[in-house]
Amino acid sequence: MTQDSTAEPPLTRWRVCVRGIVQGVGFRPFVYRQATDLGVTGWVGNSPEGVEIEAEGHPLVLKQLVSALIQHAPANARIDDVHTEPVAHPGAFREFSIRESQKRGEASAQLPADWATCQQCLQELYDPDNRRYRYPFINCTDCGPRYSLIEALPYDRANTAMKHFQMCGRCLEEYHDPASRRFHAEAAACPDCGPHLAFCRSDGDTLAEGGAALAVAVSRLAAGEIIALKGVGGFQLLVDARKLQRVQRLRERKGRPDKPLAVMFGSMESLQVACPVTEQERQLLAGPERPIVLLHTRNHGLADNIAPGRSELGVMLPSTPLHELLLRDLGFPVVATSGNRSGEPIAIDNSDARARLADIADGFLVHDRSILRPLDDSVAHVVAGRPQLLRRARGYSPNLFLSFPMLPGWGATGGHLKTTVALSTDAGVVLSQHLGDMDSVLGREGFEHTVDSLQGLFATRVQCWAHDDHPDYYTTRRAQEMGPVQRPVQHHVAHIAAVMAEHGIREPILGVAWDGSGLGEDQTLWGGEFLRVDSRGYKRLAHLRRFPLPGGEAAAREPRRSALGILYALMGEPVMGFESLLPVSDFSRAERKLLLQALKSGLNAPETSSIGRLFDAVAALVGIRQKASYEGQAAAELEAMQGCEAGARAYKFGLSVPGADRPWQVDWEPVIQGILADIARSAPVSEISAAFQQALVNVIVRVAKRAELSRIALGGGCFQNACLLGTTVTALNRAGFQVFWPCQVPPNDGGLALGQLAWASRVHQNREALCVWPYQDV
Amino acid sequence: MAHGGGGRATARLLDSLFRPAFDNPWLERQHDGAVLDMPGAMAFTTDSFVVRPLFFPGSDIGAMAVHGTVNDIAMCGAEPQYLSAGFILEEGLPLATLRRVVDSMAAAARETGVRIVTGDLKVVERGKADGLYINTAGVGRVVANHPIEPGQVRPGDRLLLSGDIGRHGIAVMAAREKLDLQSAIESDCASIAPPVMALLNEGIAIRCLRDLTRGGLASALVEVAETAGLAARIQEADIPVREDISAVCELLGLDPLHVANEGRFMAVVAPEDVDRAIDILRRHSVSEAAVDIGLFLEGSAGLVTAQSVIGGSRVVDMLSGEQLPRIC
Ligand SMILES: [Fe+3]
Ligand SMILES: [Mg+2]
Ligand SMILES: [Zn+2]
Ligand SMILES: [Zn+2]
Repeated sequence: MTQDSTAEPPLTRWRVCVRGIVQGVGFRPFVYRQATDLGVTGWVGNSPEGVEIEAEGHPLVLKQLVSALIQHAPANARIDDVHTEPVAHPGAFREFSIRESQKRGEASAQLPADWATCQQCLQELYDPDNRRYRYPFINCTDCGPRYSLIEALPYDRANTAMKHFQMCGRCLEEYHDPASRRFHAEAAACPDCGPHLAFCRSDGDTLAEGGAALAVAVSRLAAGEIIALKGVGGFQLLVDARKLQRVQRLRERKGRPDKPLAVMFGSMESLQVACPVTEQERQLLAGPERPIVLLHTRNHGLADNIAPGRSELGVMLPSTPLHELLLRDLGFPVVATSGNRSGEPIAIDNSDARARLADIADGFLVHDRSILRPLDDSVAHVVAGRPQLLRRARGYSPNLFLSFPMLPGWGATGGHLKTTVALSTDAGVVLSQHLGDMDSVLGREGFEHTVDSLQGLFATRVQCWAHDDHPDYYTTRRAQEMGPVQRPVQHHVAHIAAVMAEHGIREPILGVAWDGSGLGEDQTLWGGEFLRVDSRGYKRLAHLRRFPLPGGEAAAREPRRSALGILYALMGEPVMGFESLLPVSDFSRAERKLLLQALKSGLNAPETSSIGRLFDAVAALVGIRQKASYEGQAAAELEAMQGCEAGARAYKFGLSVPGADRPWQVDWEPVIQGILADIARSAPVSEISAAFQQALVNVIVRVAKRAELSRIALGGGCFQNACLLGTTVTALNRAGFQVFWPCQVPPNDGGLALGQLAWASRVHQNREALCVWPYQDV
Repeated sequence: MAHGGGGRATARLLDSLFRPAFDNPWLERQHDGAVLDMPGAMAFTTDSFVVRPLFFPGSDIGAMAVHGTVNDIAMCGAEPQYLSAGFILEEGLPLATLRRVVDSMAAAARETGVRIVTGDLKVVERGKADGLYINTAGVGRVVANHPIEPGQVRPGDRLLLSGDIGRHGIAVMAAREKLDLQSAIESDCASIAPPVMALLNEGIAIRCLRDLTRGGLASALVEVAETAGLAARIQEADIPVREDISAVCELLGLDPLHVANEGRFMAVVAPEDVDRAIDILRRHSVSEAAVDIGLFLEGSAGLVTAQSVIGGSRVVDMLSGEQLPRIC
């Protein structure tokens, strides 16, 4: 060494540990470039915690390196923590190198999600001189499929669906070149060595391959046909979004009469022409997760039956190079809906898709890269100034980023519908993608597969399973069978615990859990709950006054039943004669007679305190809908009847305090009376709807003030309603409360698993101190 | 009613009511128990009956107490022969009511060819029982020459249903809750022993038999599938449900697959015997509407799926109790 030791400070060596999403996102080559630019020697490698670096240089330069790592990290990396410590023996490194993964057995790093095509890949895609020009499977370390094609960790090609494709020489060169965007890009491929397209019929006959297959799909879509396309996380059904008949045909074949469909536009420009978006919505739409975004705007040039009766429209941008090419060649937006029959998970396998979608799709645009787990398109919207996920799947799953630690080895099985599974692992908390409903065999198979594969991927054996209180949820039964230890968590407590976990808030807090229904500890159906959560556990502080649901579960499909139940609770037997009320006259005389007897004797007429069912009752009363064809339809259509502004007029809930140790009652009676009076004077539905919503907001504020807790958590499916959530947040903030609501975890039952996990492990950790308050609820 | 203390009053009741009604040599002997001469394998079962109301369209607690136990014996592949009957009466129960029940039992026993050969009678305080409870136990001669139980079921075996479902449960519920039904719905309560004996006598390869009482077809099927370690698939459209029953179920939010029956059973038979079995079943009035509704197959144990007409399928679960809504 010839350096001048008096002028220069001595060399030091640091070990730097970076935690977060730093694998599979091009982090090591990024470190390599930063280090070599600064003249630092040493090495970088993946570790079980993330990325590990040993860097040798002058202390100031090392500091520079660390701050560069944080400031210029790759777009899709996420750094949770950087830890540095000096280590001994400087002076041994001659250069900076990238080390191969060492501890292959360990698999606790975070898993990258499936991201949309990055800008650089897009440029190559449309560059005629590039060797991947118009190649539908172009990707790099910044983009492309990951979670959907990983079999096991570490994230190496041999553990992915790409193992069947032998890299060609040129791809291999990029793979080993630290300066390349495709350095260790496990899914990288090119037309010479990677997957290829094919267009086939439902009987499996291939009509065209490669570029020709794409051309056939384009011409058929233009001719009005329904095409099933193999995306990243499964098959999608596409049809021209501009023509009412074409959309209608898809609806009929899929057996989906009213439920909103999503529209995919080829570019942000074309999207903005049809639907104006805010800056936040634009960012959400264009982000690498590429979710479906619900917009509260009018659209131009789309068929009227895409989201009938709804104020919001779900739109998205292409999430893969295949979608990019297809939409660009088409030149018009398409409806893109998941390739399944309603209630079932999305099809991922070519022959399975051809079998299951044979009656729906006219043709299939497929490829030979397998999908290892189904991932639906995620759904999000912007509410109260922040994005909120309504369905968490492609682009987001499986990692969650929580700011508090949780003991590894816990699992939670979620709800019965919109099921997700959560695990606590060494790499943090993992929340599975949306698995759909547990009423279908395929849904249950998906659940089983996910429970196994997540435990495998994250090298976690679950020791204790948290689950819902409902004995007949499939997920409850499975948790009880899987063992070795189980812990039930009340449905609405889980909704609130999910919000607390997501935001890292500690008690005490007032939880407002409003949803369709879940089983309460008193064996009635809860759903309009105010829960006080403190260090001792939770207490049911207040709830909506109960009313009966004639027909039980059937009430979730027929809003008129909720209306009839609440009217019966209000006026008793005479209600059956009020034929001017739509939910009454919608039942025949004989049906009413029978339902009256059922209500009188409590025959399959369970009592509920559900706000979701109250929404249904109001929607039926004002004549919006007596029967629903999909979950939450009536409430969403009621929402659509009004603007999102806070109404000047509001009905007023009663709030009674029945005495010590009994929950306060939020009484719907004056609200229903007010609505009946307004119906009688033929007030516009929009006005009734707005006054109803304002009443809901006001009663939250009233209960909050009375509860004397400064922080409020809002959870449960009712808070998917953008108007309700938005106005509630504003009102609570104005009244001086600090408000938390679900953002990266869905407010609906898709977030239950996280709440179950958080609550059960908390109860476990504070075995003595934290329990459900002994509470007499009569 | 003040009988049952074991004294004269009880004796008088036995003399005047039970013995004449059940009328058989074992009871005439007035001994502590019956001595039965039973060679060979024997099936033995017991059941208690607590139905409310005691009388309902199509049947009553007395006939149920006989048929219920007779049917359980038949489900073991045995010919029902002797029953015991234990009565718990609520003080104040009108004698006429008791007489009606006992007569109905006697008629059911005669019709089925079983003898009620021993019994017991207790009276409890007013308010301690809903009028009257009956327990019956029964024995029968095993006719089947091979075991009849879930463990015998193999993949591919067919599932036969002896007739339309849901009538008993709805009839009892309607009577209890005083529901005003459009049409008369009568319980299907009956002995299913005759068609079962016929199947056995004609050598049908029966793997398993199960009567569809509490919990209905759904519970019986899930239970058998679970024990057999197999999955089962049924065709929803092939399951006979009377139109008025399905209308009531739909309105009240009940699933006919979970509603109780008292004269219905399912028979799992080898696939090659299906046609013959159905022929035999249809010759008996209690199973004249017998149908093939599905089959057992390899798959996760206890997974029962119902295929709907439009091609979708749903999982049929055994519920823990009431049908509490699962939709959030
Ligand atoms: Fe819920
Ligand atoms: Mg029995
Ligand atoms: Zn890229
Ligand atoms: Zn290549």
